Amino acid sequence: MNITHPESLIFWTVLVFIILLVLLRKYAWKPILGAVKSRETSINDALAAAEEARKEMQNLKADNERILKEARAERDTLLKEAREMKEKIIADAREEAQEQGNKMIAQAKSAIEGEKKAALAELKNQVASLSVEIAEKVIRQEFSDKDKQLELVENMLEEVGTTLN
Amino acid sequence: MSIARKFVKIIAFLTLLISSSVFSQEHRKDHSGDTEEEAFDPTETIMHHISDSHDFHIAGDLSLPLPVILWTENGLVTFMSGEFHHDEAGEVVVEKKGMKFVRYHDEIYYAGANGELAFDEEHHPVNDRPLNFSITKNVFTLFLSAALMLLIFIPVARSYGKNQGAPKGLAGFMEPLILFVRNEIAIPNIGKEKYEKYMPYLLTVFFLIWLGNLFGLIPFFPFSGTLTNDIVFTGVLAVFTFLITTFSGNKNYWGHIFATPGVPKPLLIIMIPVEVLGMFTKPFALMVRLFANITAGHIVILSLFSLIFIFKTAAVAPVSIAFALFMFVLELLVAALQAYVFTLLSALFIGQAVEDHH
Repeated sequence: MNITHPESLIFWTVLVFIILLVLLRKYAWKPILGAVKSRETSINDALAAAEEARKEMQNLKADNERILKEARAERDTLLKEAREMKEKIIADAREEAQEQGNKMIAQAKSAIEGEKKAALAELKNQVASLSVEIAEKVIRQEFSDKDKQLELVENMLEEVGTTLN
Repeated sequence: MSIARKFVKIIAFLTLLISSSVFSQEHRKDHSGDTEEEAFDPTETIMHHISDSHDFHIAGDLSLPLPVILWTENGLVTFMSGEFHHDEAGEVVVEKKGMKFVRYHDEIYYAGANGELAFDEEHHPVNDRPLNFSITKNVFTLFLSAALMLLIFIPVARSYGKNQGAPKGLAGFMEPLILFVRNEIAIPNIGKEKYEKYMPYLLTVFFLIWLGNLFGLIPFFPFSGTLTNDIVFTGVLAVFTFLITTFSGNKNYWGHIFATPGVPKPLLIIMIPVEVLGMFTKPFALMVRLFANITAGHIVILSLFSLIFIFKTAAVAPVSIAFALFMFVLELLVAALQAYVFTLLSALFIGQAVEDHH
């Protein structure tokens, strides 16, 4: 293969290549590489931001978890306290009721005792007044019929005896 | 990455090896072919196919005449190459501005008074010739490649203005290639701080060589010209790399050439010429590697098709076609590979020139 008229291709190659280089550099390579670079930085920034957000999210999640845990613990203690309180109140109420009941029973007992005493006293009084009345009647009858008076006294006593029983 | 690079280097080396052997064979044929005039001469056909030409052959007798631009003793002369009527034997005389021109094997000479050419003993014309700045087939292909590159990359660049998101369409196809040049060629070899300055050169060279190689594989008009099988073209690109390397060279680079560190003083007498020679052999290797690889591929493909004519039977055609298809696919790889290798080595040399002391 012979190299013929090399000057033509040398001349045109140098000329065309330099023009091509200048044109492409200005209108193609610089804009393309610039765009690619800025996109790369924006992608890197976006990724970094996403990573940041993810971390923050994780922190938030951890916080939430912690808060939830605390809340749960608090609820548990509250429930426990409430249960204890309830039990205490119930126990107290029971105790008081017992006491009250005992007191009432005691009062009732004493009242019954008093009533009984009063009733007995009244009975005694009535028996006494009856005895007096009877005695009065007996005395009055005795003045008419001694046997009848005795019989009467006996009847009356018998009557009283049954009522007393 | 380094494994891939090694692999690529091995492939490039092998292709170079294969190509050189094919090349020498072709030359041997060249000498034997001269004796038989009548028979089909594959060497001449092949050499004609891979040589530059003033006409752009399209098909059969049809060819596109291209402008002939001559800088003669009497100033600029231009005419269309069609005026030679496909003559390459110096028989058709074209007369312009009182000067006669003949074309002999693609070279345009001043003809004698009667339009004759004088030859020396080795049958080389001894006539003077004007400076020839013609738009030849290869120059035409260069224009076409340059125009296509502008048509591809300027709209791609524009699309980035409109579309701030992920690249779409042509930009989506081109961006990985551009990023490949940046991330796999420029940054690893030149360094992160300095690569940006050299990106336009590397990208232009990469795509121009690739496109030039691919055009050569398309067998029909207007693509069939192959820029990169012209050693003049690859030489000009290599000179560009050489100039960039030389003018980018920092103190460290020149220090390595003229006072190689760690070398005893007396040895520098040997080292300096070797290093200076190295400055020139690197671009020389660039030039030859690209030229030889692409030319070799073309020669192999054309030889395979020549088999049909050598054996004078169409029965060889399936074999030829099968092998040629294989070669075409291989060439498709080589087209990209050689663009990569040229760009990679350019980046490597530039990287060596701008490397800081470490």
